Amino acid sequence: MPSLLEIKNLHATVEGREILCGVTLSIEAGEVHAVMGPNGSGKSTLAHVLAGRPGYEVTKGKVWFRGKNLLDMAPEIRACEGVFLGLQYPVEIPGVSNMYFLKAALNALRANRDEPELDAVEFLNVAREKAELLGIGETLLQRGVNVGFSGGEKKRNEIFQMALLNPALAVLDETDSGLDIDALKIVANGINALRLPKHAVLLITHYKRLLEYVVPDKVHVLSGGRIVETGGKELAFELEKKGYATFDDKETPTIATGASTQGARTHSE
Amino acid sequence: MTQIGNEYIEHYPKWREDLPGKDLAWLAEIRAEAFERFTECGLPTRKTEAWKYTNLAPLTKDIFAPKVSAAVRNLTVVPAHAPNETAAHRIIFVNGRLEADDSAINALPKGVRLITLGEALEKEPALVANYLAASNKPEEPALFEMNTALMTEGAVLMLEPEIELETPVHLFFLTTDEAAQSAMHLRNLIVAGKGSTATIFETYLGTGKTEYWTNVVTEVVIDEDAHLRHYKLQNEGEAAYHIAMTVAKIGDRATYDSFALSLGSILSRNEIQAFLDGSGIDCRLNGVNLARGHQHMDTTTVIDHAKPGSNCNETYRGVVDNHAETVFQGKIIVRQNSQKTSAHQLNRNLLLSDEAQAKTKPELRIHADDVQCSHGATISELDEQALFYLRSRGIAEDVARSLLTEAFVVEMIDEIEIASIREAMRHSMVSWLSEMTGM
Repeated sequence: MPSLLEIKNLHATVEGREILCGVTLSIEAGEVHAVMGPNGSGKSTLAHVLAGRPGYEVTKGKVWFRGKNLLDMAPEIRACEGVFLGLQYPVEIPGVSNMYFLKAALNALRANRDEPELDAVEFLNVAREKAELLGIGETLLQRGVNVGFSGGEKKRNEIFQMALLNPALAVLDETDSGLDIDALKIVANGINALRLPKHAVLLITHYKRLLEYVVPDKVHVLSGGRIVETGGKELAFELEKKGYATFDDKETPTIATGASTQGARTHSE
Repeated sequence: MTQIGNEYIEHYPKWREDLPGKDLAWLAEIRAEAFERFTECGLPTRKTEAWKYTNLAPLTKDIFAPKVSAAVRNLTVVPAHAPNETAAHRIIFVNGRLEADDSAINALPKGVRLITLGEALEKEPALVANYLAASNKPEEPALFEMNTALMTEGAVLMLEPEIELETPVHLFFLTTDEAAQSAMHLRNLIVAGKGSTATIFETYLGTGKTEYWTNVVTEVVIDEDAHLRHYKLQNEGEAAYHIAMTVAKIGDRATYDSFALSLGSILSRNEIQAFLDGSGIDCRLNGVNLARGHQHMDTTTVIDHAKPGSNCNETYRGVVDNHAETVFQGKIIVRQNSQKTSAHQLNRNLLLSDEAQAKTKPELRIHADDVQCSHGATISELDEQALFYLRSRGIAEDVARSLLTEAFVVEMIDEIEIASIREAMRHSMVSWLSEMTGM
């Protein structure tokens, strides 16, 4: 049985600059992984490449999702296959109501699974139940997508969308940043609710704070566009104490020469 | 001299013989004077500033003769397209002629007259004599003059003072292939007496694929304290030319709320001249242009603040796809004595293809010093981040593009106060969006 997600030697460029320089990582169903790393290490790029964002060009490597070639799929196909990206900066879309947007999204996913479309009433019942868990009020549902939402509301809205779309793999890009402790707990509960045998979560974060509430099975350190260390949850605590400097020092020469996976202390495989 | 449209001048003496009201001396005089002024300038060319971006040369390639013969009644066409709400008063023209059987103009309350121009000239010329061509002349009057010289039909709506007409009045102009290569010089007249209230919904619909020319002038008089909502849907045939001019004269404390959705014709111009002849006026000019293929769509407005203390707000949005082109020209004049004027203008354009073009020209002439005026113009593409966001949730790219395009225009349509008209406009918008190809 293949891994839920298998990334092999992934290289990617943004505007001609190589950001990912050989990422290798696999996630099994039922697991929660965290990717940590300093600013500019390629964490967000990894998340966007997995979601298929235009402008993020894969130059080398493979990504298999449930045994299928993920990189061949358009972003909407990836979503239908079960990949979800929680954005660090959720986009405001005036003129499209949150409800309308999510109904269109959920029905697109359902159509892909040959399930009947939900009508407005059926959708509202499902949405209300999930919204309540995340403390999302009726007015936020009726408003334009993320329009006038506070930073915390935007992040909760991302987790609300995740709960509704119920993805096999949720990639959450710094969903914890800018949250106060109450919002963080709500978001953590939302993520923990997705800890199911057939699902997996990839948390991308700077800080271990979220990992106190969502305890990961594995922690990876991304630096200079490559995974330079993989460990258990204790690695997050170690990083919090020592910082990323030790990894940066090690990586600087290899990044400069553009060499591939030499120099990493351990690999995820 | 490089005047264009001389063919129309040459044919006029012959056409004049078939025009309605030719036995009325006052009308003959108005027509003769208008024709003389038209003769002096001909059709406008792009050398005229007001027509710099819209080229009327296609109207001179072959001559469009006025449609004066009675329309052949086509039972299959009319009911399929006519507004069918029993609640509305309606007057239906097919190929420029009244379709009395499908119109509903008898159930009007006392104090309201709805009659065709042809009938008025024939039976009650006194009703319209003081109003026809009596309004302020538009800045570039050639087509207005041509219309006066040739006007054949149209709707006349008159409200006596203090009359509140709740039910909208639909003016419905349907053109079929029977009108191929002809011109409909339509003239509407709307007079809202002091303190009266009414809602007008003009619809222009073409069902054929052949060329024709709608040249319509709507004269609007809004007396003091009157309120007029004026909606327009332009969905003419794909090869049609639609040149429309609305000339509105607005009195003290009156409101004029105008909204136009344009999506038809190969070449069209919707021109509004609002003459704010009073204080405390609230004038709103709004509209949405949806252009695709090789369409050319022009919106031109002139708002003249002739007295102190009136407000105008105008917002036009355009969506331009394929090789289409839109033009917005918005002139606001604030005369020297018109202190405490508030005038705000916004034109936003969304380009859906690399070949699409939007031209926008704000023109504010402010001669008073104590005023609040603003204008803005934007031309942009769909937001790539928003597009990706929608797609990342499973929404297909074409659906996402259509959804974002809808978001760009729908709030304009949501502002329409009358539910039945809002739904009619929304229906037209949705059907346009469903045919979006873009890219």
